[in-house]
Amino acid sequence: MTLGYYPGCTLKSHARNLEDSAIEALKVLGVETVELERWNCCGAVYSLADDDLIHQLAPVRDLIRAKDMGLDKVMTLCSMCYNTLARANLLMRNDEAKRKTLNDFMEEESDYAGEVEVIHLLQFLKNDIGWDKLKAAVKVPLKDLNLSPYYGCTLTRPLEVSIDEAVSPTIFKEFIEALGGTYIHSDHSAECCSSYQMISNPEAAIEAASKVVRSAEDQGADALALSCPLCEYNLGKRQVDILKKHDDLKPLPTFYFSQLLAVALGVDPLICRFELNPTASLELLEEKGVVEKVSA
Amino acid sequence: MCQEAPLAEGKALAITAELIPVYIMGKKYMVPESLTIMKAMEYAGYQFVRGAGCRGGVCGACGTVYRLPGDYHIRVGLACQTVVQPEMYLTQIPFYPANRTSFVWDEIKGEAEEVYKAYPELFRCLACNACSKVCPMDIPVMDYIAAIKRGDLEKAAEISFDCIQCGLCATRCMGEMAQYHIAQMVRRMHGKFIDVPSEHCAKQVEAIKSGYYDDFMKEIMALGTLDPFKQDNVNDDVKKLKELYKARQGEPSTSENEWTPDSDYAILK
Ligand code: SF4
Ligand code: SF4
Ligand code: FES
Repeated sequence: MTLGYYPGCTLKSHARNLEDSAIEALKVLGVETVELERWNCCGAVYSLADDDLIHQLAPVRDLIRAKDMGLDKVMTLCSMCYNTLARANLLMRNDEAKRKTLNDFMEEESDYAGEVEVIHLLQFLKNDIGWDKLKAAVKVPLKDLNLSPYYGCTLTRPLEVSIDEAVSPTIFKEFIEALGGTYIHSDHSAECCSSYQMISNPEAAIEAASKVVRSAEDQGADALALSCPLCEYNLGKRQVDILKKHDDLKPLPTFYFSQLLAVALGVDPLICRFELNPTASLELLEEKGVVEKVSA
Repeated sequence: MCQEAPLAEGKALAITAELIPVYIMGKKYMVPESLTIMKAMEYAGYQFVRGAGCRGGVCGACGTVYRLPGDYHIRVGLACQTVVQPEMYLTQIPFYPANRTSFVWDEIKGEAEEVYKAYPELFRCLACNACSKVCPMDIPVMDYIAAIKRGDLEKAAEISFDCIQCGLCATRCMGEMAQYHIAQMVRRMHGKFIDVPSEHCAKQVEAIKSGYYDDFMKEIMALGTLDPFKQDNVNDDVKKLKELYKARQGEPSTSENEWTPDSDYAILK
């Protein structure tokens, strides 16, 4: 099976661990990803201003590229790319006037009316692979690993692009359980990690991010599983700052969900690029016996 | 209609072409329909001090924008390559202010972050594609900017390879960047850090340094100074220069490092 794939800029630089592990894991499941031949940045944030169509050009252009390749579906890994593309897609499907303005402006491109479907890898695993088949493919169950999923804002909001039931989603729980891990509920799994506030208002951002870490730790999580490089930045890379302000918190490893998928499917941990995880993620897997200790 | 027209090289030539109206910076001129924009401008009395270089479509000095009646599209062409069309409104944009960051080349390591630091405006691209639409070399400018944004310097170098630095893309950018300067930095980094080193190029540089070509150079320099506005330049020196120019050899773009020239001007072995 082949699957159209939109990577997003960060996955080609700082978040190679998110991309490489996903592509290898999909290979184990018999799925070849086909990256869009041409693509540009999705715009990262969906523009909410009703009259601001210029910011829709970038995501819509990506969708046109997918359509031009004959794809009926395009898969994303990054939550923010997913959100931006899926919402731009709905705009093109549902708003006739804006669709016309955008198509007229991009007259050098094929006309687009939302023909391609934007999905996130978690949806693909659930709907196209199926949890039972995934479970059967697991070679190294993530047993003894207490994992708390972190949806963040963009996987389940707004309602019309939610990858699952929006108020109490279970897709991440089902994913963790299919891999043989233990799901840990956290009240803050869909609270904002502070997003770009980490740059403009770091104090408030660290407060917000610390609540996410605390909630997961209080419930007994060994690690967070997430799907967004920005969340990873705030909760992983900036965790040192969180711990500095909150010395009662313990370090909490963070994983991209695709890394967990890959190790469970027996992919070489080297491919999963754990060296890019800012937290001691590989060490946790070694300690739990999920991957063999490489460091003597 | 037949008439005499002065041409760039100072020769008079019988023009048998129809005269057509063109508007150069808004003023109407009747020019022979077979001329390029550059020659038509000279025909109309303009003299190029800037805005012309190679006259062969490679130097990028002569970028020109024009519009045709009843069509809102902005059209572009190199003045030295594009033939005039009836009723076209045109102006040359030989130069457009565009910042080029200076950096210490020896300190560059070949990382995308260095490009981001030198040209942070890169991230103002909104994918409007206006740049690609005006590129006279048909380069998908937006795509090389997109590739740089995601750190794919190799792809960006490949896409922008044919850029002649005409600057027209920068005239249209809503992000106000000078795409071609950014791409040039990337191609230089690509050449130094990513591409396979070319052995014969290194040899050639050695040959130049060793003084192997000094005599050839002196020979050429002794051929006298030419005044492009004089009619009597067709002397022996010019003939010799032309011969040398025609006999010059260049590495074919398809060669894979195994090419060597076959004349006297060969690379030192
Ligand atoms: S990329 Fe820009 S500078 Fe280069 S040839 Fe095209 S328009 Fe000219
Ligand atoms: S003109 Fe500027 S903003 Fe528009 S696509 Fe090109 S680089 Fe991006
Ligand atoms: S004069 Fe050099 S490209 Fe036209």
